[in-house]
Amino acid sequence: MILRLFLSFCVGLTFVTASHAAIEDQVSEFMLDNGMQVVVIEDHRAPVVVHMVWYRAGAADETPGVSGVAHFLEHLLFKKTKILAAGELSRTVAENGGTDNAFTSYDYTAYYQRVAADRLPIMMQMEADRMVNLDLTEDDILVERDVIIEERNQRTETNPSALYREQANAALFQNHRYGVPVIGWRHEMSNLTLSDALAYYKQFYAPNNAVLIVAGDVVPDEVLSLAKSTYGKIPANPNLSDRKRPIEPPHFAPRRIEYVDERVSQPYVVRSYLAPERNSGDQRPAAALALLADILGDGQASVLQRKLQFETQEALYASASYLGVSLDTTSFAVYIVPSADVSLEDAEAALDRAIAEFMEEGVDDAQLDRLKTQYRAAGIYAQDSVNGLANAYGRALTSGLTLQDIHEWPDIIQSVTVEEIMTAARDVFDLNSSVTGWIRK
Amino acid sequence: MIRTFATILMTFVASLVQAMPDIKILKTPAGTPAWLVEDHNIPFVALELRFIGGTAIEPMEKRGVTQFMIGLLEEGSGDMDAQAFSIAKDDLAASFSYGSYADVLTVSAKFLTENQDQAIELLRQSLVDPRFDADAIERVRAQIESGIKSQAKDPSDIASAAFNAEAYPNHPYGSDDLGILETIASVTAADIRQAHTTGLTRNRVLVAAVGDITADELVVLVDRLLQDLPVAGDIEMPTYVADTLSAGVKVIDFPTPQSTILFGHAGIPRKDDDFFAAYLLNHILGGSGFESRLMSEVREERGLTYGIGSFLASRQYGDLLMGQVATANDTVVETIDVITEEWRKIEDQGVTQAELDAAKKYLTGAYPLRFDGNGPIANILAGMQFQGLSPDYIQTRNDRVNAVTMEDIQRVAQRLFQPEKLRFIVVGQPEGLE
Repeated sequence: MILRLFLSFCVGLTFVTASHAAIEDQVSEFMLDNGMQVVVIEDHRAPVVVHMVWYRAGAADETPGVSGVAHFLEHLLFKKTKILAAGELSRTVAENGGTDNAFTSYDYTAYYQRVAADRLPIMMQMEADRMVNLDLTEDDILVERDVIIEERNQRTETNPSALYREQANAALFQNHRYGVPVIGWRHEMSNLTLSDALAYYKQFYAPNNAVLIVAGDVVPDEVLSLAKSTYGKIPANPNLSDRKRPIEPPHFAPRRIEYVDERVSQPYVVRSYLAPERNSGDQRPAAALALLADILGDGQASVLQRKLQFETQEALYASASYLGVSLDTTSFAVYIVPSADVSLEDAEAALDRAIAEFMEEGVDDAQLDRLKTQYRAAGIYAQDSVNGLANAYGRALTSGLTLQDIHEWPDIIQSVTVEEIMTAARDVFDLNSSVTGWIRK
Repeated sequence: MIRTFATILMTFVASLVQAMPDIKILKTPAGTPAWLVEDHNIPFVALELRFIGGTAIEPMEKRGVTQFMIGLLEEGSGDMDAQAFSIAKDDLAASFSYGSYADVLTVSAKFLTENQDQAIELLRQSLVDPRFDADAIERVRAQIESGIKSQAKDPSDIASAAFNAEAYPNHPYGSDDLGILETIASVTAADIRQAHTTGLTRNRVLVAAVGDITADELVVLVDRLLQDLPVAGDIEMPTYVADTLSAGVKVIDFPTPQSTILFGHAGIPRKDDDFFAAYLLNHILGGSGFESRLMSEVREERGLTYGIGSFLASRQYGDLLMGQVATANDTVVETIDVITEEWRKIEDQGVTQAELDAAKKYLTGAYPLRFDGNGPIANILAGMQFQGLSPDYIQTRNDRVNAVTMEDIQRVAQRLFQPEKLRFIVVGQPEGLE
């Protein structure tokens, strides 16, 4: 008994110091003469390198009418160039034991290879080549358009939650292109042309619109000299303009969606609110929202799970989410998956009640301390995956943030106060800029 | 420019050779085997436990009870309820995850060096002293029931369930280990306790640790973690199932514009002498990346799919060579034809020397790249112990891949590939099929 007490006492009072060399010591930054940003993250534990090129261009940079073209072009970058045959880049990567792929989001398009560190030079040569030398044919367009439509089928059409999300984003964003799906609206995808793809390519694929990230068993100076002799040879695009996108007007009315699909087995309620994103030099509101999402929905002792899963048992699951890394205004969401005998109407009321109670009760200091401890530890665990680090840096650097912002973030999280979190909560929970969805069969 | 490349090439090649982790093979004072890779670069430890047995040893009339039990380990133990446990874990910034598979139960833990003793004590409590309180049981039962209902509406899950039921009739592999509504409804607290006593035992456990910990520290810590677990008695293990699939196409109606297709037939055991030849063949047919024959024919040439792949599902008590693809309802027939033709081509003509060379280059080059972090390495070490491989497998594995000859490949191609035996399960509303 005494031992027990002692142990629980220990557990309660443990202070995680998590003192360890800061991640910034592993990171170097350069700028090539043509405006290409270069970031090197060193990790010499394994002889592996991740080589990534991130373009500051994604689906939200498309012009109206050609939705999906950013992602379509991403597929087409694996076709023939003036130097490489179709598929040659991936084949070369595979012959060297590596893996490669690419992905597109609203604010970025990224290409990567993960290979033995000594294969970096050839990766840089090939990636630099397809930045400007793509040599597409009409046949490429026809076959690859079928592929992206099958991709849309697989990701979206067969998935009721994905179909709901499209409807919800279109309702949440009244003016911004975040309201249009990254993969594209089906009717626009099926009409995408070679000239649509090339127009996007010529506008956005240039060294002064790209970030090179090399992470792993490499020496920064050597990466820089390789970058100069490959990417450094490509001229900047003088016509590149600032990323000025349509901004949301004030919203004056809550929106509601009832999405009915016979393939839904477990009904649920989700509400998304417009929310500020992480802005360069001004990350405190976003840090408060990140902590708010954790306080509400991260783990069994979080506010929504404690109240709705444990106390009233109206929910099988409840949570909150916030995507802070975003170039423009983002969203904050709360969810409830009701227990078997609870209606969606009652579930929504329960969610509202739990949030209203939280606004009265405020933040539990002990919970906030625990979260800050976890953020400190997360910084340590994150160093185990150089791939994960490279991704996080790439996302941030193409979403309007700088290295300084990335490196300041952990201290900002630690310094956020209860008052800031409650202010962020009061600001974000504005029904007039929200979409509430019922997903059911 | 070229000289710059050459210099760097030489610098790095040397490091690749000495890169593989140095594994220490330990035995704790209590007799538990543990593999360790010490790495003091980052102040945390990744710990993996493997309990041999898994969900396949549970009574089929209580199908799902093992996963049910595993799902309750964090829902209250010792004098803590679920919330207290969650708070204690968050205080330590440790993470524990518990998994259940047909042949093995897994525990993956990450904890900081600075509080490793407390983290291990908390993990120990969840493994040794779970409470299985009535309210927690009902809460988890409701989550499982929701999961079972969701699987019934998911095309991939529907296809897997149908394929496994045909491949493994009257066998644990033939049904989903989440259980069915009837068995889950019948599970009692006593059943869960029984599954706990049978499933988590200290004489069927394997341990791997990687990170900021010494051998002396690890053996003490492992014994403290596991010493209070029961010792397993004899249990009836499943029997090996030979090929039971019948050729042909089965359609399961599901309202969606795209069909999900699972296909395959009998495979090859992991311990078979021809396994590496089969592994290379599968890689050429439908392995990862964009290079496989199936990706090339079905996606790159014809645009019929976003992705297609094949895999050797070689398990303890049965083996399949399988593949999966999704394609629009009006191209299902064409896709099945192309897949069957690719099967026939490998059976008739085998593969080319160039394809074999490329596959060897990929598989041998990719192998060292797997060892990139404490978490991934711990996972590999645990998997090796589970497969019964010795630590020097890491050094010899690429030689075994390279030792496969064209003669081996052509022989195994004829042994393994049987286009006339291919089974297809199609979930969707395909055109031109019944």
